[in-house]
Amino acid sequence: MIRFKVNGKEKTFDGDPDMPLLWYLRDVAELTGTKFGCGMALCGACTVHQNGLAIRSCSTPIKEVSGAEITTIEGIAPMHPVQRAWMEIRVPQCGYCQTGQIMQAIALLKENRNPSDQDIDTAMAGNLCRCGTYQRIRAAIHQAAKETA
Amino acid sequence: MKLIENVSRRGFLQGALAGGVFVLSARFVPEPLWAAEDEAAAPLEPSLWMSIASDGTVTVVAHRSEMGCGSRTALPLVVADELDADWSKVRIEQAIGDSKYGDQDTDGSHSVRSNFDLMRQVGATGRVMLITAAAAQWGVSPKDCTTEIHFVVHRASGRKLGYGEVAAAAAKLPVPKKEEVPLKERSQWRYIGKESNALFDLSDIVTGKAIFGMDATMPGMVYASVEHPPVLGQKIKSYDDKAALQVPGVQKTLTIETFKPPHQFQPLGGVAVIADNTYAAFKGRKSLKIEWDSSPHSVYNSGPYRKTLEATSRQPGKVARNVGDVDAAFAKGGKIIEAEYYAPHLAHVSMEPPVAVAEYRDGKVLAWAPTQNPQAVQETIAGVLGIKKEDVICHVTLLGGGFGRKSKPDQVAEAAVLSKQLGKPVKVVWSREDDIHCDFFHSVAAMYMKAAVGPDGKPTAWLQRSVFPPINSTFDASATYGDDEMGLGWNNLPFDIPNHRAENGPADYHVRIGWLRSVANIYHAFAIHSFADELAKAANKDSVQYLLDLIGPPRIVNLDLKGDEAEDAKNYPLDTARLRRVVEIAAEKSGWGKKPMGKGHGMGIAAHRSFLTYVATVVEVEVDSKGQVHIPNVWTAVDAGTVVSPDNIRNQFEGAAVFGTSLALFGEITATNGTIDQSNFNNYQIARMSRAPRHVEVHIVESEAPPAGVGEPGVPPFAPALCNAVFAATGKRVRELPLSKTKLG
Repeated sequence: MIRFKVNGKEKTFDGDPDMPLLWYLRDVAELTGTKFGCGMALCGACTVHQNGLAIRSCSTPIKEVSGAEITTIEGIAPMHPVQRAWMEIRVPQCGYCQTGQIMQAIALLKENRNPSDQDIDTAMAGNLCRCGTYQRIRAAIHQAAKETA
Repeated sequence: MKLIENVSRRGFLQGALAGGVFVLSARFVPEPLWAAEDEAAAPLEPSLWMSIASDGTVTVVAHRSEMGCGSRTALPLVVADELDADWSKVRIEQAIGDSKYGDQDTDGSHSVRSNFDLMRQVGATGRVMLITAAAAQWGVSPKDCTTEIHFVVHRASGRKLGYGEVAAAAAKLPVPKKEEVPLKERSQWRYIGKESNALFDLSDIVTGKAIFGMDATMPGMVYASVEHPPVLGQKIKSYDDKAALQVPGVQKTLTIETFKPPHQFQPLGGVAVIADNTYAAFKGRKSLKIEWDSSPHSVYNSGPYRKTLEATSRQPGKVARNVGDVDAAFAKGGKIIEAEYYAPHLAHVSMEPPVAVAEYRDGKVLAWAPTQNPQAVQETIAGVLGIKKEDVICHVTLLGGGFGRKSKPDQVAEAAVLSKQLGKPVKVVWSREDDIHCDFFHSVAAMYMKAAVGPDGKPTAWLQRSVFPPINSTFDASATYGDDEMGLGWNNLPFDIPNHRAENGPADYHVRIGWLRSVANIYHAFAIHSFADELAKAANKDSVQYLLDLIGPPRIVNLDLKGDEAEDAKNYPLDTARLRRVVEIAAEKSGWGKKPMGKGHGMGIAAHRSFLTYVATVVEVEVDSKGQVHIPNVWTAVDAGTVVSPDNIRNQFEGAAVFGTSLALFGEITATNGTIDQSNFNNYQIARMSRAPRHVEVHIVESEAPPAGVGEPGVPPFAPALCNAVFAATGKRVRELPLSKTKLG
């Protein structure tokens, strides 16, 4: 039996301990804001927080989050300054990758309250957007940083 | 021909607009019946477009799919504008697939272009009827009334009635004739063309509430993952699922029959693992042992295939457009310049892989899918299962990107086929590997270009020939010529050259070929605008000035087109004045010719009209000592005619620069013995933030011309502009994509 918290709620799981956290969240817990994109930690669509740090849930076996506090996009109280910046800059096109981008950006701003372009490029390098919204993502992170400063 | 009707009191109002008391619809009269203008000949059931409930809520039906291009928002905005509605009181209902909506295939960048007039008419008709109803209630003339954002107002007395309050009365009125329905003046538009427009689904997207195909569920559903034939057309010889069935959560395996050619959008065939969750289905698949039989396509190897395409491109082909006499001009001698270009297959890799959930019950199918074309879902499932297409109900979710892949609903058909076998709803989830191995690929292409240039450096003759396996091979296994691709940047060269011929050579297909954002314009524009720059440099001329000279004086280019293209040309003539203008704007904004460019630093330009939109793009590059290309700046000028949401258009063109970067720097799909070599984002790379253009500036030309496309036209000029910039920076000419094939360091 694996015990952990998701968005503040106690959870237990006694299925396949190798199941990636992503599929637990989506298929078992029905928290579908976290997306599947590649299954190999190459695209970042599945980004969630484990004890406040960004992780790729598609490549994190559920046994590895035993005792951890997991936060998904559903656990972010709207509108978080990052979400607000995303809305004001009108970042999304299709929107599919954006929850992962937002979770990565929130984790970045926790560590670095005033990131440079270079810092943002480095932190966001693992998050792909096929629609190509990177320029707006960068702008939105700067704006959220200003707002939370 | 579209007839607007008041259907408020008809019995069939259910579902999306059931809450509305005042409902307007339109009937699409099939083209052969246009001349008759005969209402009786129209389809019996009208499509519903707009309703108003007694609380004032306006519901507008979005019949086009939303994959990130914004049409789900743009079309209802147009209705709301003419209705003079308060956007905050507007809801959007996504239409199911149904031929009564006319064409629903969200491709070809034409959602706004093809529906703008109808949406205006629906909104304006509703407004007139609301005014008439309120005026009757007040006992005044409708002429003395107007509307003010969701209210009807009597000018003299200042009395007001909310739209919800008069909706029931409006529902009892006949629909006014088109000539009794005034449309707003452009200056009166409240939403069309305004910066304040944002995506309807924006807040759902940023909070994770938006429902994509990947998020759709049905009660009691199981999950399926399908091991497809590695080579197109292979069938299962035998398979062993013992180990797969041992995986916790795996319920059983089922087979899907391989299609009979032509493959169209039918399932590829294979073995499906049915499981309690997606992970178990994926894991079970890894333990399957399948023996496949042979396929004629296992001969497909990208290296030798390229040589065949190139050899064909050096031979005379089928003529797509002919002006003057290129052969006579070449025979005169003088300076002849030739060049060959090559561009490989590309994969779509929308961030959401193909996925669908479907239930077969009592001869009918209910499906939820991220599809660009719900009517193709109906037709494909009906064909595969032998049922009527009307018995397939396809709900459309948001699409996690589409780019043309999701016009083809093979994965939805898989879900329906499996559900029929299982007797319960099935969700089919494709892995990224499935997506890349089994795409409907953007075509590989070889282009041969030849020009004779006069003493002024301008061409007197220009021959262009392209060879690629055509998209039509998906529908006709014997198709080898790309007739449909000629209109995509090949039979409409806008240059002022007295002798010109465009040709197309034949090629066999070995993988499924399909549309990808801007389609054949990608390789056609790459060849044309790289070659134009080669001629400019050969003439020792500035690239921008040379391009303007090539385009020539402002005029309407006679393209001598047929069919749909001729129809387009009537309403959207190819106007070189508009093309020149975007070139001039892009050049001016970029500071072309005014910035000092050191070693490894350069700018390139390309201008290409596609989907009836004029685009010029200037790309600035820095090539470092290792030969790596960085893109600090991109300037794009766009003339898309009338625009609905300018900020969305900027977003589309910013995105197109990134899409263009991906295909120009990295994009390459290859095959070995018929099997695709790439599998995920590690070996099929797309641009990450750090490699994407750092700054993209989009300039929209103010225009009152009819609306044109915005989703695709940003892509074609990007790669040639980038490669021309690389030449300016390094002196190395890039004649094949991706750029990584050319050593720059």
